[in-house]
Amino acid sequence: MKIAVVLRQVPDLIEPLEIAVGGKALDLELATFLVNETDDHALEQAILLKESAGGDVTVVAIDYGDIDNTLFTAAARGADHIVKIQLDDDTQPQPETMSIALATALKDIGPDLVLLGSQTHDELLGPLGPSIAHHLGLPYIGVVCGVEPFGGGMLKVFKEFPGAAKAALDVKTPAVLGVLAAEQPPRYVPVSRIRAAAKSAQFDEQEFDPPPVDALTAVTELYAPEPAECAEMIEGDEEEVASRVAGILAERGLVK
Amino acid sequence: MIRKQDAAVVDDLGFNFLAELSESPEGKDVLGCMQCGTCSGTCPLGVAMEYPPRKIILQARSGHLEDVLASPSVWMCVGCYTCSSRCPRGIELTDTVWPAVRDFALREGHQPPVELQNAFQNLYMYGNVLGKSPRARLKWTKGLDVDVLDLSKNRQPVEVLWLVGDYPSYYPRNQKVAREFARILTALGVSFGTLGAKEKSLGDCDRLFGEEGLFETLVESNAEMFAKHDFERLVLTDPHGYRALHKFYPKYGASFTAQHYTMFLADRLEQLKPHLHRPVQAVATYHDNCCVGRRCGCYEPPRQLLEAIPGVELVEMPRNRENGLCCGGGGGGMWLDGHISEHGGRRLSDDRVKMALDTGADTLAVSCPYELSRFEDSAKVLGAEQQLAVCDIIELLAQSMGLNEGGPL
Amino acid sequence: MSLSDILVVADTDRGAITDITPQLLTAARQLADATGGQVVGVVLAGDANVIAEQLTGADRVIAVSDPLLTEFSPEPRLAALEEVIRGEGPRAVLFGSTSTWLDLAPTLAARASWPIVWGVTKNSISDSAVIVTANFCAGKMLAQVEITASPALLLVLSGGFPPTEDGRQPEIQAVSPSVPLAEDAVRFVEMILPDASDVDITQQDVLVAVGRGIGQEDNLEIAEELAEKLGGELCASRPVVDQGWLPTTRQVGKSGMRVKPKCYFALGISGAPEHVEGMTDSELIIAVNKDPQAPIFEVADYGVVGEYEDVVSAINEAIES
Repeated sequence: MKIAVVLRQVPDLIEPLEIAVGGKALDLELATFLVNETDDHALEQAILLKESAGGDVTVVAIDYGDIDNTLFTAAARGADHIVKIQLDDDTQPQPETMSIALATALKDIGPDLVLLGSQTHDELLGPLGPSIAHHLGLPYIGVVCGVEPFGGGMLKVFKEFPGAAKAALDVKTPAVLGVLAAEQPPRYVPVSRIRAAAKSAQFDEQEFDPPPVDALTAVTELYAPEPAECAEMIEGDEEEVASRVAGILAERGLVK
Repeated sequence: MIRKQDAAVVDDLGFNFLAELSESPEGKDVLGCMQCGTCSGTCPLGVAMEYPPRKIILQARSGHLEDVLASPSVWMCVGCYTCSSRCPRGIELTDTVWPAVRDFALREGHQPPVELQNAFQNLYMYGNVLGKSPRARLKWTKGLDVDVLDLSKNRQPVEVLWLVGDYPSYYPRNQKVAREFARILTALGVSFGTLGAKEKSLGDCDRLFGEEGLFETLVESNAEMFAKHDFERLVLTDPHGYRALHKFYPKYGASFTAQHYTMFLADRLEQLKPHLHRPVQAVATYHDNCCVGRRCGCYEPPRQLLEAIPGVELVEMPRNRENGLCCGGGGGGMWLDGHISEHGGRRLSDDRVKMALDTGADTLAVSCPYELSRFEDSAKVLGAEQQLAVCDIIELLAQSMGLNEGGPL
Repeated sequence: MSLSDILVVADTDRGAITDITPQLLTAARQLADATGGQVVGVVLAGDANVIAEQLTGADRVIAVSDPLLTEFSPEPRLAALEEVIRGEGPRAVLFGSTSTWLDLAPTLAARASWPIVWGVTKNSISDSAVIVTANFCAGKMLAQVEITASPALLLVLSGGFPPTEDGRQPEIQAVSPSVPLAEDAVRFVEMILPDASDVDITQQDVLVAVGRGIGQEDNLEIAEELAEKLGGELCASRPVVDQGWLPTTRQVGKSGMRVKPKCYFALGISGAPEHVEGMTDSELIIAVNKDPQAPIFEVADYGVVGEYEDVVSAINEAIES
């Protein structure tokens, strides 16, 4: 099975986020980037599928952020081919631009299955998967927690629902799936393998000239929220805290 | 290059393991293992390991290395060096065999325990094992009454480039020690600076844990960083970093004059003594940390410092100096408590605190950042936190110099 | 058919509306009050009339019934919904950010070139623009977004629009799709429900929830002890379940269970919206986390900044005495 995986970078939330001059966007110069968590799961799911059902895995990514590190890691994890798309500038592109650029590269690859993460934390305009699927003319299922091929180009896809329930769906490939969680957490790859990949991996670098995109929405302001009304913080050393908590529980009749 | 018959092995995996080990002179000693079992018998966690050191070598020779690699005991060594210090053949097990076995395990696709994976990932992404923002490295200096130079922003020559370390930078209990050390250095008139947000872990723990690639990344980055600055020596609050700099960085061409803080201060004992004007009433026993102690053979400087403090009475635990018992935190052990106890291992710090209590001491003095929290936890578990205060030597010195923050004593 | 009407697409589960639907109706009412239009509910189901009655607060409900709308199947729902939206021509269409609509709303937006915003917690109309406030970067930032085109598709986050008491009973219009619905490359097979043999955490008075912050699996013991002492059960945020430390039946949150116990301990849980959604209705929330900035402290009634092991062990002891 020919599988393509889209890997995106997102701003790392461990560092404080800064707002750019103009007050409408993040200052991406100051942000540090890392691979989107659910995209990482999508890659893991792809590798699992390759291991169980055979085939090959192509990773597709747009050049911005710390993409090289992400791609070397992907190669070390078992990706067979890497496609890196160069746009005009190397800052994070607008969603529709990303969607068109990725869809164009994916069309060339002609995969049976496209996997990407079900969401990122910076998708103001909704998950990207449906838009990519639309440009490819393919079906999209998101919030996916399992994929099992069963022959004849068919996949059994498991989609999560509340109450720990899952819907089992029969999906005819080619299709685009938004993975929320791979069947196992993304595997650890030793840094020596990543460094080896950095020396030997070859990327298929493609340039793409994105068409102008009409924005249907406009961000008029980006700001940090007021610290919301908070919990009453209990101070003191462990004994003091514990005694206060036990007191609260007792007051409410929760201590047997 | 060794031949299969030299290595007395029967399969490729074991052969490759021993062949790779033999590429270095220290590693080659493994071929001389006579299976006496001193290592396994002396290992504090040997009883809980499915494959203690002796067996690892046996399995490699007899063509069953893959069983070892798949076993949870691969992740149970806490890097205490007891085996290495007692091996009659002088095999540096901890520095060669253990990292190699883990490296092979990783290469064969075995997953390290999750907490350890997270520690590696944090080190790789943020240069610190706690996964904290690098920009927050100097937060511990907020409100401090002495200046701590951030050389990454303000490059100037200093006598001491102080590598603060991950725990002293970010972990509340240890940040106090960092602040007090800054005050001590200032009182002694030492010109010092730190690397601020650019400081990264020295990587000793991940090296021991088989993450050679990660270690190399850190060596390169650190060597490049140090080369940019003008200093006489590196001083470290973390013994693990000291050991890495002292023994392993030179193998990568990165040689710097480095001292653990106990060595640095002991060298300046005469200058320090007049500042120790307040008596500190304590019956203290010193726990030799594995790195500065057994690994580097440095036992007296910490004791000289303690003995210099008026009011401190130093008592020794029977297991002291090269026979000290590891706290269990070394070599990545800080991220293995769950794994170790799941597989029948003991919490070594509990045993060590009992030994301290048995001496009648009211203070357990340490000089490694991991030990503060590990021993304090153990004291609580044993219900002894009122009887035994756990302090870094820096805290006791600061107390005597009137520079302390109102800590445990 | 009116550019001043606001459509609400009901989110349903096994024949009933879910908690987000009344919130959507509240949000829609705010917009409709400004436009002078109606709040129009849309129900897509096997038997939509039964569910349509549950949309109190709407002026009208369009109940679309068809066997292929009973379970999740993308193409039938997309076709049926698109027909309704084009027929109604509303100013805005509101959806819950649920498993169904997170797929279908953006798909519809892409196909029809309609504007869409995700993470909406506030909405209003100004001049003729729909203005929303949306969460960005896990709530660390807020974005104010203006949408001038119609219909504006809004994916609404749970918690932004506490439901108001609006008892109005809607007029129900039962309709059938004008073109027969059909499944295409995706076919619904079955729903797989969790193993009923484990504890039902939704029925517990006391829940002790553990998150990534507890460190290692071994540390579950301390939480278990707390749960035991209070006659409660252990539950977890997603990462703990993903690691395999607890089964999925213990998962609290958007894709797990929604719980409303008398007391909910959040231990080592950062408070990501996906988790908070599942427990925010708890009567008493006590959070322990070593990060003073953890978002859980915004939701909790009481908070403790400290190390999970130390604090919870101490609490266990204090309860003993």
